[in-house]
Amino acid sequence: MMRPNLPDYRTAILVITCHLALAGFSQSKLDSIQHIHEIIVVANQQKEVIPSQKLTGEELKSLNSFSVADAIRYFSGVQIKDYGGIGGLKTVDIRSMGTNHMGVFYDGIQLGNAQNGQIDLGKFSLDNIEEISLYNGQKSEVFQAAKDFGSSGTIYLRSRKPHFEPGKHDHVKAVFRTGSFDLVNPSILWEHKLNDRISTSFNMESVYSSGKYQFRYKRILPNHQVAYDTTSTRQNGDIHSFRTEAGISGTIDRGQWNTKFYFYDSNRGIPGAIVNNIWKRSQRQWDRNLFTQFSWQKAVTQKYELMFNLKYANDFMRYLNPDTTLMHIDNSFRQQEVYASMANKYTIQKNWDVNLSTDFQWNTLHSDMAGFVRPTRLTTLIAAATAISWQRVKVQGSVLATLINEGVATGNTDTVSAAPNRQEVSPALFISYKPFEKYNLSLRTFYKNIFRMPTFNDLYYTDIGNIALKPEYTHQYNLGLYYSKNYDKGFINSWQFQADAYYNEVTNKIVAVPKGNGMYRWMMMNLGYVEIRGIDLSASGVFEPVKKVFANIKISYTHQKAQDFSKRKSEALQSITYGGQIPYIPWNNGSAIVGLTYKNWRVNYSFIYVGERYHNSANIPENYEQPWYTHDLSFTRTLHQKQWNGKISVEINNLLSQDYEVVLNYPMPKRNYKIALSVEI
Amino acid sequence: MRQILKITGILAFICLVCSCREETVVFPSEETKVDSVTATAEYAGVYVLNEGNMGSNKSTLDYFNFETGSYKRNIYAEINPTVPKELGDVGNDLEIYGNKLYAVINCSNKIEVMDARTARRLGQIDIPNCRYIRFDKQYAYITSYAGPVEINPEYTQKGYVVKVDTATLQIVARCIVGFQPEELLIASGKIYVANSGGYMGAGNSDNYERTVSVIDLNTFQEEKRIDVDYNLHHIKTDKRGDLWVSSRGDYKGHPSRLFFLDRNQQKITDTIDVAAGNYCIVGDSLYACSVEWSYVTYHNEITYSIINTQTHKIVTRNFITDGTDSQIEIPYGIFVHPHTKDIYITDAGDYISPGMLYCFDRTGKKKWSFQTGDIPAHIALLPKNK
Repeated sequence: MMRPNLPDYRTAILVITCHLALAGFSQSKLDSIQHIHEIIVVANQQKEVIPSQKLTGEELKSLNSFSVADAIRYFSGVQIKDYGGIGGLKTVDIRSMGTNHMGVFYDGIQLGNAQNGQIDLGKFSLDNIEEISLYNGQKSEVFQAAKDFGSSGTIYLRSRKPHFEPGKHDHVKAVFRTGSFDLVNPSILWEHKLNDRISTSFNMESVYSSGKYQFRYKRILPNHQVAYDTTSTRQNGDIHSFRTEAGISGTIDRGQWNTKFYFYDSNRGIPGAIVNNIWKRSQRQWDRNLFTQFSWQKAVTQKYELMFNLKYANDFMRYLNPDTTLMHIDNSFRQQEVYASMANKYTIQKNWDVNLSTDFQWNTLHSDMAGFVRPTRLTTLIAAATAISWQRVKVQGSVLATLINEGVATGNTDTVSAAPNRQEVSPALFISYKPFEKYNLSLRTFYKNIFRMPTFNDLYYTDIGNIALKPEYTHQYNLGLYYSKNYDKGFINSWQFQADAYYNEVTNKIVAVPKGNGMYRWMMMNLGYVEIRGIDLSASGVFEPVKKVFANIKISYTHQKAQDFSKRKSEALQSITYGGQIPYIPWNNGSAIVGLTYKNWRVNYSFIYVGERYHNSANIPENYEQPWYTHDLSFTRTLHQKQWNGKISVEINNLLSQDYEVVLNYPMPKRNYKIALSVEI
Repeated sequence: MRQILKITGILAFICLVCSCREETVVFPSEETKVDSVTATAEYAGVYVLNEGNMGSNKSTLDYFNFETGSYKRNIYAEINPTVPKELGDVGNDLEIYGNKLYAVINCSNKIEVMDARTARRLGQIDIPNCRYIRFDKQYAYITSYAGPVEINPEYTQKGYVVKVDTATLQIVARCIVGFQPEELLIASGKIYVANSGGYMGAGNSDNYERTVSVIDLNTFQEEKRIDVDYNLHHIKTDKRGDLWVSSRGDYKGHPSRLFFLDRNQQKITDTIDVAAGNYCIVGDSLYACSVEWSYVTYHNEITYSIINTQTHKIVTRNFITDGTDSQIEIPYGIFVHPHTKDIYITDAGDYISPGMLYCFDRTGKKKWSFQTGDIPAHIALLPKNK
């Protein structure tokens, strides 16, 4: 057989093989006519200098993950802060730089939260998500909006795109999930093909859960006798939520466009910290998020490609503390965001592209809270980027200019001052080199300098905000390699391996410091300095150990030292915290996913290990947090009938029922179950 | 088939190997020692209560032994290992009365009652949002924020003082006072309660409470109010029976101040122009430390002052004479030894990691210092066993 030897062709083979292996083998009869799903070859993937970590298709679906936050745990270099339960807050931190440095993009446009900079990934169910990718630094792709250059690390969520078999115009899928925590979770999807060019998609999901689960606290004496062993039930962790998404997408001559509408409404209890004598709390939170976005892209000429993005978002949050033993709080916050972006890519030569993007964003925040001002922020982003590939070297350089204009209107207080306007310039450089023609080995390195603006809470929150706050900066240096190989025969189909060593600095870190006398009075200051040194490893492979049985294995491991080098006034106190590992970052953590597929059956085993950590930079025994690990198992059976397809899956999470906490005083569930039934027409 | 077994075997092995999580041992105490020890005839040592950041459940108890010079950190869990979740969340006050040690644990809604010699738990009194505790005869009097709620026109909640029998730990009576009452003082048959109104002043300083409530000890009814200033916090008595009241200010333009309440005229007759976060009166001297945020310098302004309670003059604004004050981040608790006049000051640090306890001699020179728990704040003197 003739062996093709052009690099591009081999990459395409790899992409297609992976898609087939991961998505295509739930077919019943391998000896009859093969039915391969439509493969969408995304041309841009080959232009990425540094490939991302990805979870996609069937692999993503068979993970015992309910929300995006659960799925992201399987990437290397990622830390999740999970407050427990289905409705509990879950935030992501990449390479210990802090969750505010993360950008989360939904269908290419960034999700915003100007108020506290946190995106609660627990709110995004996997029901309608087709792919999650994670990029360190930024997506090394020139043709993107300026926003894509503006974070220290990015997560892209891509929702399901309609695929139609020839001759079909409609596709309906209904899913019902139930299980532990009194979960009731139905969802429905309808995709409709209007004509050859335009299709629509409509998706609705509702989640109800009581959030009740057993948790246990046990302590032993030094002689191993039991000191205390208490089991209780987590209360006030209920969630009622409803989500609906609608989208229209189309292709035009040498281009595409799509528009999306997203609405999320929830009412949840906040279970709170478990402390002595307090086993139940009663705070509640309501969220209503809606956004609508439009994206249009076209290769106007052979050399010039243009992209527009538009977005409007409106977010409402209400926090209530009805507990009469505490201070009564009933505060509502409303944020609005308007975003417009234009990216222009020009191909100077076959191997040389340049891109110029301009973004405008307007954010505002209103609240009924006493003493709250009304901030408004206008952000202008201009990014210039260039990509050159020459022989086996690929280089991408970008510069992002950020201009921020702050304004403030009197809210519910008499002292009104806006933070000063800011201008920043942030460069990034990505290089990859493929030393050998024959082998698919590439070395890569990047440098990136970026910042994050203080959030509206950091600047203006009643009594705590500090308008003199400067942005927090990160400097990232990364060196790594990537190797992949695929085989024509034998029980290994393909495998790939990535290793990266990195050094990051976070300067001007915004921390809360005590001010004045009295209980818990804080002020936000730029006092922190953190140095992070780490290694991320990840490997994955597709095997065929036995005829007709396919195994997908994915392993990731991170080792990192993230140290607090903030200076303090007191030398004695500084010696306790200086050089300590920063809160909740383990020295070692890793994960493994093993999926076995045989005809219509699929078994998935996943394992997560988070090593020892401290919940404070003072690394003393009182602040020590034990390592924790969970084993999850799932079984899936697909059914193929003439008119419809079905799927049943059963999951068991935390198989060995380990009692653990991710965040101090927020116990996590013991063993729990889920059953999902889905029908597709 | 063999390959499947091989894979399953490897997985099972990984499962077994990774079941190596240990069970958590009860927190042990840690001990450090100091060389020079000033033992006195009357007193055995001091207990220090660390508040702990809200929600962290890290309120802990330390003990400094005058005789041996040893400072033992975090003794409660070791002495009372069977109590689930240890001492609790946010310790707010610590007092010794009779043979018992009382720790007011604010965010655990209880007062932990222990034996004063051994710190062994005797019981608890459940009082929501409890703040300070004082004693008279066989009763304990405790202030709490969590009184009756009124919704018209706006949500407000009064505070109250609860009367508890120290023998049975049962609540005997309740007396409603002002909004968010803080420290209380029992003198001359009356209970004086400093009301802060701390939940109410965020938007508009005029909404803070301004009064001291006076409760008659016999009838246990509120008799009258004495107007002082916004956001009252501490109230203590000097040796003549006059009262000294502090205000935290409104954290904006209105500074923290110290007020003199004449016991005969029953009103404020003098204002001392010094900030007072926490203070302790021994003999004719009032020792105060304070931290005030300045929006001008964007720093905390710290003072360590001594006021003569007879003349009302400020004797000094910095009683630390050897430069150690440049090392203290947030002075929080203050205690003066009644005989040796040693001054104990706690440094709360960054509120989320350990603090320090400093001891200065009467001339203001540092004698020793120890690392404590998170937010060391309240000090109780333990008399020797007679």
